[in-house]
Amino acid sequence: MLSGLSCLLFRLENAFYELAQAYYHHESRVVKAHRDHLNKTTHALLFVRHQFKVAFYNELKQDSHTALKHYRQAYLHLHELRITDYNLLEIKTNSCIVNFKICKLCFEHNTPLDAISQFRRHVDIYKSKIGTADLAFEHSAWMSKQFAVFGDLFEEAIRAGLTAIQTQHPGFYYQEAARYAIARKQLCRGLCPAELKYPASDPLAEADKMEYYGQRPWRQGHQSLEAPSVQKEREGIQALQYRECQVDHSWLVIPLLSSAIAQFKKYKSPRMKRYLVVQMGEEYYHAKDYSKALALLGRVTWEYRSERWWSILTNILQLSLRCAYLVMSFEEYVTVSIELMGRYAQVPREEKIRIQMNLHKIFQDEVPEPEHGCEHDSVEKGRALWTTISAGGKSRSPIVVEMNSITAFVECKACFTADSFLCESPVTVKLGLHSFAPMPIRFSQLSVRFSNEAYNQFGIVVDENAVDDPIESTSYLKPGQTLWHTFQFIVEQDDVDCNLSIAGVDLVLGSLEGCCATLRWTDGGGDAIVHPFATQVHRKKVALNADFSVVSWDVLPSNYSTHISPREANLDVQLLQKGPALVNEFYLMTVSITNTEVAQISNVRTSISVVTAVADAVATAQPNTFLYEDIDLPCSQLISMPLLEELKPNQKVDNVAYVRCVDSGARLMCIQVSYQIPIDISGKMSMCNCMKEITSSIEVCEPFNITVSLTNMKFEKIEKVQLGEAFLSRMEVKCLSPWPVALQGSSLNLAKLVKFADEESLSQLTDVSLKQNDCAVEFRCLLSSGQTPSEIDIGSYSIEWRRVQNGAAVPFASTTVSLPTVEAEPIPLSLHVDMPAYGHMKAVLPLTYLLHNQTPFVQDMEIAMESSEAFMLSGHKQLFFRILPDSQHILRYNLFPLFPGYVTLPRLRVNMVRYSGVLDQLLSSVVPTHIFIKVCMVL
Amino acid sequence: MAVCVAVIAKENYPLYIKTLPNENELKFHYTVHTSLDVIEERIHSVSKNTNDLRELYLGLLYPTEDYKVYGYVTNSRIKFIIVIESTNATIRDNEIRSMFRKLHNAYTDMVCNPFYTNGDIIEST
Repeated sequence: MLSGLSCLLFRLENAFYELAQAYYHHESRVVKAHRDHLNKTTHALLFVRHQFKVAFYNELKQDSHTALKHYRQAYLHLHELRITDYNLLEIKTNSCIVNFKICKLCFEHNTPLDAISQFRRHVDIYKSKIGTADLAFEHSAWMSKQFAVFGDLFEEAIRAGLTAIQTQHPGFYYQEAARYAIARKQLCRGLCPAELKYPASDPLAEADKMEYYGQRPWRQGHQSLEAPSVQKEREGIQALQYRECQVDHSWLVIPLLSSAIAQFKKYKSPRMKRYLVVQMGEEYYHAKDYSKALALLGRVTWEYRSERWWSILTNILQLSLRCAYLVMSFEEYVTVSIELMGRYAQVPREEKIRIQMNLHKIFQDEVPEPEHGCEHDSVEKGRALWTTISAGGKSRSPIVVEMNSITAFVECKACFTADSFLCESPVTVKLGLHSFAPMPIRFSQLSVRFSNEAYNQFGIVVDENAVDDPIESTSYLKPGQTLWHTFQFIVEQDDVDCNLSIAGVDLVLGSLEGCCATLRWTDGGGDAIVHPFATQVHRKKVALNADFSVVSWDVLPSNYSTHISPREANLDVQLLQKGPALVNEFYLMTVSITNTEVAQISNVRTSISVVTAVADAVATAQPNTFLYEDIDLPCSQLISMPLLEELKPNQKVDNVAYVRCVDSGARLMCIQVSYQIPIDISGKMSMCNCMKEITSSIEVCEPFNITVSLTNMKFEKIEKVQLGEAFLSRMEVKCLSPWPVALQGSSLNLAKLVKFADEESLSQLTDVSLKQNDCAVEFRCLLSSGQTPSEIDIGSYSIEWRRVQNGAAVPFASTTVSLPTVEAEPIPLSLHVDMPAYGHMKAVLPLTYLLHNQTPFVQDMEIAMESSEAFMLSGHKQLFFRILPDSQHILRYNLFPLFPGYVTLPRLRVNMVRYSGVLDQLLSSVVPTHIFIKVCMVL
Repeated sequence: MAVCVAVIAKENYPLYIKTLPNENELKFHYTVHTSLDVIEERIHSVSKNTNDLRELYLGLLYPTEDYKVYGYVTNSRIKFIIVIESTNATIRDNEIRSMFRKLHNAYTDMVCNPFYTNGDIIEST
């Protein structure tokens, strides 16, 4: 339904469109046909008219390219016309319309360069065609309009998607438009006398209902080169001049300027924008809106000042001064005057003197002289404002001038004479004031403010002399001379170890009771914008303690901040200790403090801390050093000793502390002692805080070197243990400590899969004392109880010890090493031998072999007992048998020793059929090979 | 002939500005100052793109109705600006270039003067 309707609408639209097009086409054909009957010499005007008509019909026909072509021809024909003073307005009016059409179409066709070049040509042609000199303002108005309209077209095109660049954008055209508008205003001022009357005949009466654009109402349709009536012509000009006088030109200029400002802001031209703001301020000034002008000018001075374009700045300031006078803005007037008197203001000396005299008058509650170049009636108004205030008798409220943001006639440099001061010596501040004013000037008060306000009282200088009294005194500044003030004071104890800085300097101009202005510097003055950037870098730095009176003002240092350092402590602090310390022991340190001050000190606080090197702090996250105030007290990284109430001169105290280190290496201990001492500072006794800090290094070494090894029951070294078989752990303790060490005992802390072979295993190292390089060895018999082959962890071994010299005062320290992990392997058969430790010759020696099948299978065994010369033997010589899984077989032999001494036992050979060859090696580690036979004494 | 010649420091403050004696000097101060916008923009766009040696001569900065402003920036960011009248058709680009070159040489000679401190206002005798 809807689509049907829109389809119908579309068709209807097309039908109308075609009709309209056909109509316009026809109309333009008619005009063209008419044109063919014309000739150039007599109908030159009609050529323009016809081309314009054709173009316009084509435009309506929406054939903009043809339209553009015809507009261009119309423009050319127009240009061919002969221009006289009498038809110039008509030609300009028409060319303005045609030019507008061409530019608009060019922008629409997205050929902005064509539009710009057309416009340039247009402007170049007509720029010099001013016409009647009496109506020159009309030309400027027309030019201004051309630029403004083109600017609008350009901006519209940009809004439609065109991109402009920094050097070609509508702002330039608005700016030119504004320039011509200003020119128009000036021409109007020059050409139209104020007493002009509108002529009685009213030559402009028919101006609204004329047939042709651009003709004069008093001679419509007139085409000759001469004016029809000189009288009428004169009256017409007079009427136009009268009308021009009624125009408020400033309100034509200001909107154009603000459009231009917006454009220049958009196209990143801050300086051009600033220039236009200045122009706008000037225009407001001309429009007598002085406070607005003042505000606008005030906005841009900062940039010109920071870029140090003094000539421009001076110009702006002079205008601001006039505005400030006219609206009686006291604060602005003073600020601008202060700056205009400065060394960078490009003002002649006489002018500076005049400004200074005016400033002087203000502070005497008198009316300042008006500035030159102001409008007469505004001056009257301004003077009236000043007079009422000063006659009213009530003083103006004091104002504050921020000196860091202006380049004033007086400069200030404050500086501490050193980078740091001891708290017992007075702090010195030198403050220099340098005047660039043309005449001497007196200030009523100078005050320095500090970061700690308590000292502000020391930084005040008041000049009691009358302002106009020429007596030299503390705040009387002569031109080009520097006045030095020195302030000294003692800091309070709270400020020790802090930074003290100059927060600001205040200089009061005018009497404190009456009207005054406070010139305020934050920091210590010496503003950076004042000094050339380069010279600051290149010139040699002047030392802080140099004699400033011989140094040039520009290179003087400014040092706003100083450090208050604490008094030098006079105390002998030592860390007494007999190194090296041993790892893990409670190591005794003695801190010895001797008072070497002249007076008794009090509130002595001592603390010890471990200094952690930065690199170490990252590597060892866990602390490896612990400090103990006493052995029973908990450890910490920083301990404080008991507070000492007082300590007399040359008195000495010792404090003890313990340190325990869990690994070897050097430690750095830091000992801080803080105390109070009464000292005499310029006749006043006050308590002064002092602090002494020393660092001392402690060497820490390992007390023992403990080596652990495993052996089999025959004391042969082994790498592996066999499951279910006993083995020995051998601990060798070598003393490394330079001090004798007493071992209290040792203990084995066994892991889960290992147990002692015997019920109880006593330490063999009880109450042993070792010297350096002494060794102590103990064995412990162990059994691995695991079932499966694996790496087994045996456990750890620790010994309890202490230094012999320490006696019972210090608890035992303990050193622990972990025992190695070993591989435990299963064996198919375990064999135990049961026999006495020795035998007697010719007495029976019973020998029992117990074979245990460790496998879950029935094992076929074969054994053979080799004969030996040393023994007679009874039992199986050779035997085959089976052992059930996890059961035993016992072989018993009775031996009869024949020789005494250390003799070889008869060798038993065991072979398992299933594991042939494996057992020999296995058994050789278990089966004893020799036995000692004693001679029987009974025989 | 140029109507205004200016030497601007690296930090954009004027080291030297000379105009024809009978001209409105302040107007040219403003013209020179506003042309710094274009110079800054050009320097920035070049330094962003390449590290190659930059052409010192910047050419026509922007045309106003009455004047043409030409710019030149040394490697130490000292800016030279020459303003000529728009109606003056006799001066061509090449002549502007040679004027800048002469100006640059004169500036270099002046900097070589041991009594000149870098950054000071230039006094012409």
